[in-house]
Amino acid sequence: MNLTLEIWRQKSNSEKGALETYPISEVSEDMSFLEMLDVLNEELIEKGIDPVAFDHDCREGICGMCSLYINGEAHGPDRRVTTCQLHMRKFKDGDTIFIEPFRANAFPVVKDLVVDRSAFDRIQQAGGFVSVNTSGNTQDANTIPIPKDDADTAFDAATCIGCGACVASCKNSSAMLFVSAKVSQFSLLPQGKVEAKERVINMVNKMDEEGFGNCTNTGACEVECPKGISLDNISRMNREFITANVKK
Amino acid sequence: MASLNSGVPNGELKDKWTQYKDSIDLVNPANKRNIDVIVVGTGLAGGSASATLAELGYNVKAFCYQDSPRRAHSIAAQGGINAAKNYQGDGDSTYRLFYDTVKGGDYRSREANVYRLAEVSTNIIDQCVAQGVPFARDYGGLLDNRSFGGVLVSRTFYAKGQTGQQLLLGAYSAMNRQIARGKIQMHNRHEMLDVVVVDGKARGIIARNLITGEIEKHSAHAVVIASGGYGNVYFLSTNAMGSNTTAAWKIHKKGAYFANPCYTQIHPTCIPRSGDYQSKLTLMSESLRNDGRIWVPKNMEDVKALRAGTLKATEISEENRDYYLERRYPAFGNLVPRDVASRAAKERCDEGYGVNKTGEAVYLDFSSAITRYGKEQVLLQGEDANDNNLIKKMGQEIIKSKYGNLFQMYEKIVDENPYEMPMMIYPAVHYTMGGIWVDYNLMTTVPGLYAIGEANFSDHGSNRLGASALMQGLADGYFVLPYTIGDYLSDDIRTGPISTETPEFIKAEDDVKNTLSQLLGNTGTHTVDYYHKKLGKIMWDKCGMARTEPGLKEAIKEIKELREDFWKNVKVPGELNELNKELEKAGRVADFLELGELFAKDALTRNESCGGHFREEYATKEGEAKRDDKNFNFVSAWEYKGEPSDAKLHKEKLEFDNIEVKERSYK
Repeated sequence: MNLTLEIWRQKSNSEKGALETYPISEVSEDMSFLEMLDVLNEELIEKGIDPVAFDHDCREGICGMCSLYINGEAHGPDRRVTTCQLHMRKFKDGDTIFIEPFRANAFPVVKDLVVDRSAFDRIQQAGGFVSVNTSGNTQDANTIPIPKDDADTAFDAATCIGCGACVASCKNSSAMLFVSAKVSQFSLLPQGKVEAKERVINMVNKMDEEGFGNCTNTGACEVECPKGISLDNISRMNREFITANVKK
Repeated sequence: MASLNSGVPNGELKDKWTQYKDSIDLVNPANKRNIDVIVVGTGLAGGSASATLAELGYNVKAFCYQDSPRRAHSIAAQGGINAAKNYQGDGDSTYRLFYDTVKGGDYRSREANVYRLAEVSTNIIDQCVAQGVPFARDYGGLLDNRSFGGVLVSRTFYAKGQTGQQLLLGAYSAMNRQIARGKIQMHNRHEMLDVVVVDGKARGIIARNLITGEIEKHSAHAVVIASGGYGNVYFLSTNAMGSNTTAAWKIHKKGAYFANPCYTQIHPTCIPRSGDYQSKLTLMSESLRNDGRIWVPKNMEDVKALRAGTLKATEISEENRDYYLERRYPAFGNLVPRDVASRAAKERCDEGYGVNKTGEAVYLDFSSAITRYGKEQVLLQGEDANDNNLIKKMGQEIIKSKYGNLFQMYEKIVDENPYEMPMMIYPAVHYTMGGIWVDYNLMTTVPGLYAIGEANFSDHGSNRLGASALMQGLADGYFVLPYTIGDYLSDDIRTGPISTETPEFIKAEDDVKNTLSQLLGNTGTHTVDYYHKKLGKIMWDKCGMARTEPGLKEAIKEIKELREDFWKNVKVPGELNELNKELEKAGRVADFLELGELFAKDALTRNESCGGHFREEYATKEGEAKRDDKNFNFVSAWEYKGEPSDAKLHKEKLEFDNIEVKERSYK
């Protein structure tokens, strides 16, 4: 395949960025999207052009580091995959592909396609944990049976990889899907219920403070989420939040 | 050759750890507040260690090269974590987990460390459940288990195919709680580029801020390396793209001995490679071997037809299939340990029976399991027991509930539906059992410098069993290091803050800056990846699944030449003071180019086959690994002496008082 790439280039956070055009030829349809960018970067280096900076690490869809906005969609046109799992067979010979960073006020651009998602860490630090110390003397793991449905639903919420596709896809740059996934995981498990009230209030407050927008229930986040995190989590968090405020 | 003291305490094996904990020195809570500990790496080992040390009261400075500690490569571990809970009542015990691990490691691990690991394994599950880790449960609400290779019990706890993710997020949440309290100072997007040794003790590190490019000096009373393994020395592996040996290699150059570098795990079930542009290999969890049967065709005509595309795997009848693991190893069948399964796949493919175009693939087939589960389901749900379509559909549903995400991953990469067609798999580099030599306290040969998790060598001998890496990472970080480091730090309560303005820090900083400037100032012609790929090819061809004396000698020579060429001709664009991913890669590949040489030297010196180290000269008639316990029953710990292969060998003799050492058989 021969393709035309329109890639966002930005030297640093303080400088202005713009799209630049790079043609690329002989792309195999079995390549992953990031392997295609690797090939481009090798060519750029050989030509003396600064290679395109992009985040990536595990390249198997689980670390959450890759973060491209491809042809107007977070992680590109395929569903339930991250950019690193997207393959070139989803594109056609002659296509022009627009590649931009995840855009949100709370995710400032660092360089080219690399953004700063540390706001997500700070939200987790505000309450995304169970306050239990490491002792080796907690009770036996089977002491409290947990209904399989609850355990499975908690697991489904916990599979969020923290990539930020939900924020990038939302017209309001809302982080509700991300925050609600963590809140849900813990609110469904007996170990997490002890601190449920403080947790939801602290995490929601932190989310607002970090500059993420409000949720207007468009559902774009759920569509683009590579892990299929459900909107049900947002409803569950809203219930938790209201109950926590009433009981305060 | 000198000998090494592992510092294993006296006493009965089962009492060693308990008695030792009772006898070591402690640091009182008020004094812990005055002591700083640096932890490099935030995977299961580093994350759990950081959180626990901070809970105890130490001031922790944690470093990771990713943009968040949650992204360390432990997150990609799929299948599960072992623990001797015996919830299934199938005869498991601490001793059996210990026994399986020592045997699985082909009698090349340290008995006392492995027993301790088995002992604390049960605490890990309790701790993780208390943290809210959503392990898989049965309909009664209790924890579920599955089986992994090399064992005869079900002791593996799991969270679908994302166990590593859930455990790491558990450790990450424990870290977050301490970051919020100010007890962990988290340095994301930082890479350690050297350790600083002052008066013989590790007192800090030099790190590069990967956003600004600034070189920073950080001091502490002790330094913990939890930076993972070095599988990326092969270029293609199942490791993350950023996984590297730099932290481990730098401490080796400052006095930490490197143990058994040649012990590498080649995992049998990975997706075969497809082209030269390929950047990494993807693992399919070993848990798939619970239900998948591995085979190649019996007849060469079928192989040829498969490659020509005129025959489909599903069209080959049962009697024309060679289920070679079941044939060769009737007792363990498809669940033999990884080294055995990988070599058996290589043997079939070398004989020409590989099933894809490259000739490097075997089938992993779920059709038997789909039928078996389907029949059970139609009975349970009172449906027609003769409706084969329904049986297939219901069987596929069960397989989906167990391995859904793995099947989806396979389909996305290969573009073929594994519910209908058998998967194609081939071995790939996955884990490194070798690593920094540590004593019973997990301390390296440099006082105050520790290595935990995959970065050390201690628990897996020459082959790691499945679901044991997660166990070891969390055992080291949650339950071992927090005790043993206190014994060392108890001497440091009067030391006070460590200055970073001493000659040792300034020299280390200058050295780092000089190396980076040299890389950037080079006016070479080849990219970093060009060298990494070349190194990978040498490693795979000559230090891979089968090694020979002539091949290893060539490897040492070729790697040396490649390294010299790298320093002359590598081209690194960009500047020091900016985000520069090529510069990061260049530094890592420079270290791989040194480690590779020591790796080959270690493999050349070990004139036996054991676990993942297979020397063609040392094999039984049936082609199984042949150990030489008389001459090689020791850990090879290498001391850096300039050129990587000039390293001096120190031996730690391995004593087995509680387990009978015999030929490892899975037949």
